[in-house]
Amino acid sequence: MAQADAGTEDLTRDASGQMVTADGVPLKQSLKRAERRRKLVAFGLVTPLLLFLLVVFIFPIGQMMWRSVDNPQVVNALPLTLEALEDWDGQGLPDEEVYAALASDFRTDMERARRDQFSGPLGVRLNYELSGARGAVARTVRNVPDFEAPYKEAFLDSHRLWGDVALWKVIEREGRPLTTAYYVAAMDREFDADGNIVMRDENRQIYINLYMRTLALSVAITVLTILLGFPIAYYMSILPMRYSNLLMIFVLLPFWTSLLVRTTAWIVLLQQQGVINESLVALGIIGDDGRFSLMYNMWGTIIAMTHILLPFMVLPLYSVMRTIPPSYVRAAKSLGATPFTAFRKVYLPQTLPGIGAGAVLVFIISIGYYITPALVGGQSGRMISNEIARHMQQSLNWGLAAALGTILLIGVLVLYWVYNRLVGAQNLKLG
Amino acid sequence: MSIRKLSILAASGVAAAAITAGASAQEPVSLTIVSWGGAYTQSQVRAYHEPYMELNPHVTINNDDGSANALAGLRAQSQAGNVTWDLVDMLPSDAQLACDEGIIMPIDHDEMLAAAPDGTPASEDFLPGSLGECFIPQIVYSTVLTFNTELFPEDAQPDSIEALFDVENYPGRRALQDRPGTNLEWALYADGVAPEDIYDVLATPEGQDRAFAKLDTIKEHIVFWTEGAQAPQLLADGEVVMATGYNGRMFDAAEVEGQPFAIIWDGQVVEWDGWVVPADGPNLDVVMDYLYFATDTQRLADQAKFISYGPARASSADLVGEHADLGIDMNEHMPTNPDNYFSPIILDNDFWTDYGDELRERFANWMLQ
Repeated sequence: MAQADAGTEDLTRDASGQMVTADGVPLKQSLKRAERRRKLVAFGLVTPLLLFLLVVFIFPIGQMMWRSVDNPQVVNALPLTLEALEDWDGQGLPDEEVYAALASDFRTDMERARRDQFSGPLGVRLNYELSGARGAVARTVRNVPDFEAPYKEAFLDSHRLWGDVALWKVIEREGRPLTTAYYVAAMDREFDADGNIVMRDENRQIYINLYMRTLALSVAITVLTILLGFPIAYYMSILPMRYSNLLMIFVLLPFWTSLLVRTTAWIVLLQQQGVINESLVALGIIGDDGRFSLMYNMWGTIIAMTHILLPFMVLPLYSVMRTIPPSYVRAAKSLGATPFTAFRKVYLPQTLPGIGAGAVLVFIISIGYYITPALVGGQSGRMISNEIARHMQQSLNWGLAAALGTILLIGVLVLYWVYNRLVGAQNLKLG
Repeated sequence: MSIRKLSILAASGVAAAAITAGASAQEPVSLTIVSWGGAYTQSQVRAYHEPYMELNPHVTINNDDGSANALAGLRAQSQAGNVTWDLVDMLPSDAQLACDEGIIMPIDHDEMLAAAPDGTPASEDFLPGSLGECFIPQIVYSTVLTFNTELFPEDAQPDSIEALFDVENYPGRRALQDRPGTNLEWALYADGVAPEDIYDVLATPEGQDRAFAKLDTIKEHIVFWTEGAQAPQLLADGEVVMATGYNGRMFDAAEVEGQPFAIIWDGQVVEWDGWVVPADGPNLDVVMDYLYFATDTQRLADQAKFISYGPARASSADLVGEHADLGIDMNEHMPTNPDNYFSPIILDNDFWTDYGDELRERFANWMLQ
């Protein structure tokens, strides 16, 4: 900009009447060049952040979403079988030709180097859809080199599932490079014999319930942090700086303590032989057999998470309240408002940006929380992230974990959109 | 005594071989060995790592407590093309999965492992059924029901798996692991199914219904645990009156820490645990040398001095002696001791390979209801 300004002082017109700078370059061009340089510098400054976000944020999330539909196992392992299956009418078992193709697919696979073999992942993949399929693949694939025609008989002798139409339907359905199966499973649904999507058997439904519970717990925790955080933030905002700083340290101190330490401290307090129950029994308020179950259930999750997330509510509230001049409420009162009306009509509306910011922070953090529920939640305090973690680390069904995570991400985005429509994101204020 | 001498001879033979292997063997090597942490890793440090490092001063061994998620870790390292683990302690079911995926090395047991002192080849010396294609067993461990003796009257102490499901005579909360394995087996066993028939029954829909129905009877009295260390902790805190858990950890809590625990050996669920070698590890030569040493007869027997898990070699059984620090006879604490091994349920990995996905879902659903 400075260069462009400097140029204006020596403006002249050239022969054609165009504005030119002192060195004879047309003004328009000179301005454009300066502008471009400025943009490059600005872009240069944000590039590190942009790259950082791209590498650690956008790329992994994209990869996660890709994993939830990626389905290479059957296509890689059984190319000939899938080709032969194209003529299968889906009624009864496929004919000899398909079994022969399967045998040659398995033989090709056995000739590959161990770590390039596709039959291991194939068995794991098929077992997600049909119990026993992994055993069928693993036990058959090593015997295939000894198989002789007719192959159909050989396969049926080797494992009962090769004579089950259900397995062939799964192979046909999952014999495509992309699948919806993980999303179907994540919504507690499955494919029936005709390929329609139907609800799962009642005793295998998990995830919808868990999503609802996660939502309900997150809302409860958000409301609790507002109820608890509002008075503290208000008190801090009207105290003189000296005292409010001290209070602030009390709010921040647990914030600086390790999450695990805080959660473990809650275990010490809440358990049946813990500090709270022991005190109540010692005071004679409850009997020895009437101890409260404060943890290893939903209450444990709610209590511990409310405590851990409280600073995320108090800090934005406090910084907003600090900027509200006390004269407004005084003015309302002097004009005849009762204290309650003055609070409701004058003070509360001005704190809404803080409440909004705090609520969004607490809600979004708690919807993905996982360590605290795992430690103090028991079975009724588990949340969807615990199930995602289990599929990542134990069952190793990364496709299902990715589908569950993607649904959670989309859910949060939708909720944020609704919130934005109702409250308006521009009304959020963190300070 | 002569056996001990022999194995010392064998050990020094290994050391000599390592020395004669040339100057390159003497360059400092650091091995990362992944195991289960806690008392279990300590037993490996004292029985295997320390003696090995004494014989091979150029080797340092780092412990990583990552075994609980070892399969996920192995996969991630293999996919990233950066294998940093040298040796991993894991369960045979996970080992078979990793083996099928080709991310761990196939093992030629007779070629790579020491023979028994009497010359029996390794493949015959390890207990029947314990060796896997890529898996070298170290120990037999069992999951057992343990109770806190102070929480029951002296004349009414639990003595069988049935007590787990009998909340009338044995009131109080119970701690179970938050997964179907072992819990479903016990439900059927307590419902009158013989140990050898359990998996046949569990493979049928009726059998699964029966197991869950049995678990329903105690559902409101259950606290679930996830990590092995939680079970003895819950029991020691008095949060529960009985807990299922790994026998070595329960032994450690009872004998070393002096907790008032008693183990019920009825219906113990027995399984192996052992080593696998990640393919493409950075120090394969040293790892194979270490394995040859750490899985020989004497070393496996030595581990039983520190934790109550049974050695996986038949030839080690006679060498099991006293606890290194406490001086108590370890034989009576071994899962494989005939006095304890009267009604074992042998964990069927083939069954869990086939039905695990489905039953885990059903169990998760059951926990949530």
